[in-house]
Amino acid sequence: MGSDEFLFLLTGLKWTVALSVVGFVGGGVAGLAVALARTSELPLLERVTAGYIALFQGTPLLMQLFVVYYGLALIGLKLDAWVAVSIGFTLHASAYLGEIWRGSIEAVPKGQTEAAKALSLGYVSRMKDVILPQAIRISLPATIGFLVQLIKGTSLAAIVGFTELTRAGNIISNQIFAPLLVFGIVGVLYFIMCWPLSLYGARLERQFATTTR
Amino acid sequence: MTSQPSHAQAAGDAMISMAGVEKWYGDFKALTDIDLSVRTGERIVLCGPSGSGKSTLIRCINHLEAYQKGEIRVGGTLLGDDARAIDAIRREVGMVFQHFNLFPHMTVLQNCMLAPMRSLRASKAEAEATARRLLARVKILEQAEKYPAQLSGGQQQRVAIARALCMQPKVMLFDEPTSALDPEMVKEVLDTMIALAEEGMTMICVTHEMGFARQVADRVIFMASGAIVEEAPPAEFFTAPRHERTRKFLGEILRKH
Repeated sequence: MGSDEFLFLLTGLKWTVALSVVGFVGGGVAGLAVALARTSELPLLERVTAGYIALFQGTPLLMQLFVVYYGLALIGLKLDAWVAVSIGFTLHASAYLGEIWRGSIEAVPKGQTEAAKALSLGYVSRMKDVILPQAIRISLPATIGFLVQLIKGTSLAAIVGFTELTRAGNIISNQIFAPLLVFGIVGVLYFIMCWPLSLYGARLERQFATTTR
Repeated sequence: MTSQPSHAQAAGDAMISMAGVEKWYGDFKALTDIDLSVRTGERIVLCGPSGSGKSTLIRCINHLEAYQKGEIRVGGTLLGDDARAIDAIRREVGMVFQHFNLFPHMTVLQNCMLAPMRSLRASKAEAEATARRLLARVKILEQAEKYPAQLSGGQQQRVAIARALCMQPKVMLFDEPTSALDPEMVKEVLDTMIALAEEGMTMICVTHEMGFARQVADRVIFMASGAIVEEAPPAEFFTAPRHERTRKFLGEILRKH
């Protein structure tokens, strides 16, 4: 395998990172909205978002990508592969992060909300200053765990023709007929991204366990 | 409000008035026909067996709990479901909780500065000056930069008192403020509350500290099964309780101490 081939893999890696970042940031923003809606104590809003979460957690990511890419094309909305997978991953991540963060918000002791209310803090300040800083801390290990899943999940974007790391590996492997070498390298590249994150998540979890004891 | 000065006068000096207040949790009636009027500067001690509704009663005053029947007024403002009225009343009514409920991710000083800055729109400098003054008053200024977890229970509760005072409330509600404390820390918190009472703060305290009741209360109120059974000045309440349930309760609680 020459340096050209390797550079092609790195280009794929770049798109994998870009897709992960877009999915995580977009999903994070939408996920926060989902988590706030789920804890809003407004029955309609809670039910709608519960359904949203159930839908995206109950169907395969691959199917979601198909629906966004081919399904929207069928109703006349022809999206670029990059845009389609970005939307797909954002929706997917928002459902999972929304559910993780809903749990974290509910894990903050009720006395915190009561104290904030008794101090006449409004909803925005109650969330922004009191509840979310504590909820985010509680959610960090699970959030990082999900990020690792998301990075690996981006390989599914290969199926709709998006040239990220896995598809780049497939292309090179077909050119030089060395699947073991190529996919070995692809695997190592995924591992380099995911393993430090997993370690970091585990460390935060231990830290959290000791400080709450 | 200005159109009916005579009406406000007629209500006397009532800071808090509750009339025919009832509250249910589902089928369970937590408060039954509560009538209570608290004058400005008055100090009330509320006692009774657990589950008697005393915490529920004071939690209705700042709308941490909604009530279903009757009327509660604080400083003349009717407490209903109107968010603006609730907010206005919460700005005037401070509350201290059994488990302190300090914000663990903020320093003592930040705990005290948050609400005045957010809710009263105080500047950072103003909020900090007020916070430091009140932390000094509860004798804990030297801990201002620490986090709650670094303090003892008694210190945390004094910070919680200072935090509530930073809103310059007209009324302070105490919900079993010493029940979660180790015995040796009870006194420092009670001393803080006594000092506050001596400065003329209107206070309603849910507590079983009968020494505190004797020393500072203008009236002691005994509750059972969600209703007010008896109320009297402490001298009378302790020496000549009228109701059997009060006598039984006092017998049990005084034996413990």
